[in-house]
Amino acid sequence: MKSFAYVAAPDTATALRAVADGDRVKFLAGGTNLVDLMRERIEQPDTVVDISRLPMSGVEELPDGGLRIGALTTNSGVAADPLVWTRYPVLAQAILNGASPQLRNMATVGGNLLQRTRCLYFYDEAARCNKRAPGSGCDAIGGFSRGSAVLGVSEHCIATHPSDMAVALVLLDATVEVQSTRGTRRIPIAEFHRVPGDAPHVETALAADELITAVELPPAPVAANSRYRKVRDRAAFAFALVSVAAALRVEDGVVTEVRLALGGVGTKPWRATEAERTLLGRPATDESFRLAADVELRSATATAQNAFKVELARRTVVTTLRRLLTGGSAA
Amino acid sequence: MTVIGQPLDRVDGDAKTTGAARFAAEHSHPGLTHAALVHATIARGRITALDTAAATAVPGVVAVLTHRNAPPLQPPPEINPLDFNTLFTGTFVRYLGTDEVHWDGEPIAVVVAETLAAAQEAAALVRVEYETSDAAVDFAAAEPGAWPQPDSPLTQGEAGKGDAEAALAVAPVAVDLRFTTPQHQHNAIEPHATTAVWDGDRLTVHDSTQSIDWFRTHLAVSFGVPTENVRVLAPFVGGAFGGKGSIWPGTVLAALAARATGRPVRLALTREGVYRTVGGRTPSIQRVALGATRDGRLTSLVHTSTSRIGHVGGIPEQITEQSRHAYAADNLLTRQLLVQVDLVSNAFMRAPGAAIGSFALESAIDELAYELDVDPVELRMRNEPDVNPLDGREFARRRQREVYARGAARFGWHERSPRPGTTRDGRWLVGTGVASAYHPSYQFPADVTVRLSADGTVLLRCGFQEMGMGAATAQAQVAADALGVPVDAVRVEYGDSALPPSPGANVSIQTASIAGAVLEATAEIKRSLSALAERTGGDSPAEIIRNAGVPHVEAAVGPETPAGRMTGSERFMAMMMRDQHLVRAATGAHFCEVRVDPETCEVRVSRWVGVFDIGTVVNPKTAGSQLRGGIVMGLGMALSEQALVDPRTGRIMNPSLAEYHVPVHADVPPIDVSFLDEPDPTMPFGIRGAGEVGITGAAAAVANAVRHATGKRVRDLPITLDKLL
Repeated sequence: MKSFAYVAAPDTATALRAVADGDRVKFLAGGTNLVDLMRERIEQPDTVVDISRLPMSGVEELPDGGLRIGALTTNSGVAADPLVWTRYPVLAQAILNGASPQLRNMATVGGNLLQRTRCLYFYDEAARCNKRAPGSGCDAIGGFSRGSAVLGVSEHCIATHPSDMAVALVLLDATVEVQSTRGTRRIPIAEFHRVPGDAPHVETALAADELITAVELPPAPVAANSRYRKVRDRAAFAFALVSVAAALRVEDGVVTEVRLALGGVGTKPWRATEAERTLLGRPATDESFRLAADVELRSATATAQNAFKVELARRTVVTTLRRLLTGGSAA
Repeated sequence: MTVIGQPLDRVDGDAKTTGAARFAAEHSHPGLTHAALVHATIARGRITALDTAAATAVPGVVAVLTHRNAPPLQPPPEINPLDFNTLFTGTFVRYLGTDEVHWDGEPIAVVVAETLAAAQEAAALVRVEYETSDAAVDFAAAEPGAWPQPDSPLTQGEAGKGDAEAALAVAPVAVDLRFTTPQHQHNAIEPHATTAVWDGDRLTVHDSTQSIDWFRTHLAVSFGVPTENVRVLAPFVGGAFGGKGSIWPGTVLAALAARATGRPVRLALTREGVYRTVGGRTPSIQRVALGATRDGRLTSLVHTSTSRIGHVGGIPEQITEQSRHAYAADNLLTRQLLVQVDLVSNAFMRAPGAAIGSFALESAIDELAYELDVDPVELRMRNEPDVNPLDGREFARRRQREVYARGAARFGWHERSPRPGTTRDGRWLVGTGVASAYHPSYQFPADVTVRLSADGTVLLRCGFQEMGMGAATAQAQVAADALGVPVDAVRVEYGDSALPPSPGANVSIQTASIAGAVLEATAEIKRSLSALAERTGGDSPAEIIRNAGVPHVEAAVGPETPAGRMTGSERFMAMMMRDQHLVRAATGAHFCEVRVDPETCEVRVSRWVGVFDIGTVVNPKTAGSQLRGGIVMGLGMALSEQALVDPRTGRIMNPSLAEYHVPVHADVPPIDVSFLDEPDPTMPFGIRGAGEVGITGAAAAVANAVRHATGKRVRDLPITLDKLL
């Protein structure tokens, strides 16, 4: 790990000034991803600003029935919150399907949004990677790509976004509140993460001097009937091959409201808007669910090694929506 | 009541749970420094430029050692077919002695610094340029050029009887299947670590080794000092599984760095460092073809394998070995082929050969059962051999029929529906599978001293290795039983090359081998006691010793004593000659239940019964853990474990426990382990090894259960869900 200066920020203003004034400054919250990346020398900040003591933790109910989640709320804290459980079960389930209890106790909501890919070539200093070393090339293409993305890929990068939580937040139309010395702004989650295009190293809409301070969930009655299904290579402690977040309302056998998002297959947490449009007004049947998945996955670009993800995503979409018809939101 | 067979807690349990047990990277010395490795990032070629200026400038750096400034190593000991130890040289590279690169990951520099952080930071700043040469790193691509594995005094590359191919061609029922298994890594919880201290020409090394005596010899030869000048200590080792049997670069380089700097050096490999510098289990490509009569008698068994060794070392695996002993086929052909690649040498890993060979053999037997429409347990019963199928030699003791019967009863095997894909539990497809386990059993020579004191206590001294399997506990039980004293009265000293040498903890030999020496030593003590009792009288051993006016009675087994006058390799060969008319093995059977999601094809193992014939069970608690551990490792092999060696570069791309998936708790079902627990008449105390047999057959049991659940035969490990979609 490269040596770095450590600053424990006593308040938000100090933290924001520290990042505004310096180059290569990183905020440290739970450290569950950043510290790993620093050990691997993928992140090499000159200064680390520890924000973990700032008062940005907790889940509050908003007047409109939505929730405001402080950026430093731990993943465990969000998953255990009774309002999250009842109004947004998909979020609690997504979090509990990620990492291990020890990691969830440390990882924060803000940090999780910035979690970086697990692409094997991103992690290897000896490999070419446009995300780690812009312009160097991509060794994942033509290499071990079984875990790589099939949606939102480019010829420069096929790295999968690894977060489970972010898939649920995308489903829930969350808003990300960020602050800098220039003020506060609110970024819709759909615009927060970026597909790689020709700049895979630019992963989010967050400016270098901005700090995530909160995530807000608007009211979403449909989310009371929501579910997160994660498919992976072992029973726990593995990243998704495919995950599906879904919320569904059916009246008289017809889909009247639906939300669908995919993890493990996209270069960013993937809101399946085309599938949603397809499903709306159709009968809530396996045939409709399969059609919707097909429409969404039409644009998939797979390698020989990850082509199975397209079929797996199709099946997981169908089975997850079917469970919302019959089994409710229980995991 | 005999203490053999008691499920005693391990004697070092308190020390391990309280943290009092110190492992190789936890020993400190005044002036201790820390080392970090720089690994080559090409598979083959030459270093053309090396810039260590930035590394050297990092505050706290003591030295940056490269081929330009490192003191030369002597060549490692050559392989001697009569000295089993000499197989355990990781690679024959003289580290930091050349500008040549032999594999991706080879250490090309060692940084020594006052702190670990400084050493790691400086290691990252060493700049290297290479001239690359063509490298053979793609195992599958190399397969067409495979050549027959040569015979050695211990193993045969090819063995058979009759004309198996001809018999196969005319067999009324036949299967002919190709299997592949990937490279596996040991992943001991303790990464390899060495703390090395020189005092003049005397070297003391704390190392995480499973071969204390061999490491001492190897280090003495490498540094050109007398063997007695080197002391290797390894009282606690955090798992090994074969990965710490051979001496790999880290151990040698820690001692080299300490010699070069004149400072004590601790080199604890990172997990990535283990993947890059310690070999894994060879990948394999196998063919198993079986011919049978319509009533299920095997007329032909063909098992061929291709595996790999490295250009810089490695030992061929006995992948087809068990096929020479397992089933009463009229005609038999086993043949092992090799390729050589520019990767770190392959290493022995828990049940080398047998773990992966049994996957192919036991999967093929299962497939034949479907072809014949015979229950797979019944098919195995019908082909159970009475003598060794290859050559008619006697089995020391083989009770597989009892093993199958007991396992089937404990599991409820006969309640299963034979039709695949027809059993459901809710949405899950349920399948059950069976497979046999087999691992050869040997006894090697070991040296011990045993002392019985006037206060009734016993001291057993032997430089054996304890890697978590409960060796000290088992040997205390053996000594207590032999001398008729309470087990609490026995103290065991081990894990130190200053003690009488033990064989390495390899090949499941340690418990029986040491027990054999303890038996000899305690017999001598009893003779001495009888002689003393005739002279001065006494009833209990303690009274006899007190009456005789001596502090203790002691006996030693080893080169300096009448009992072990011969040198180690002569005693070894004598034991081999004594046993060559016998075929002796630990055997068993696995019964496994899996659940497969019919849509996503996730496989979850839900139930497991293992029955084993390991002879006398010294301690059912620790032996049960050994077998369970083997089964858990087999689950990983079956479902998720795979080192990803990039065929373009020869670089392992998942050198971490995040991306190399060993089973986690949620993957492991309750495992019911039981034993026949009857002594092997040809072994000391009737003991056979239990360390490796548990993993053999385990992956096949899973594959067979998946076949039963889904109708799909997966022949390429691991059985990931994409292979079932």
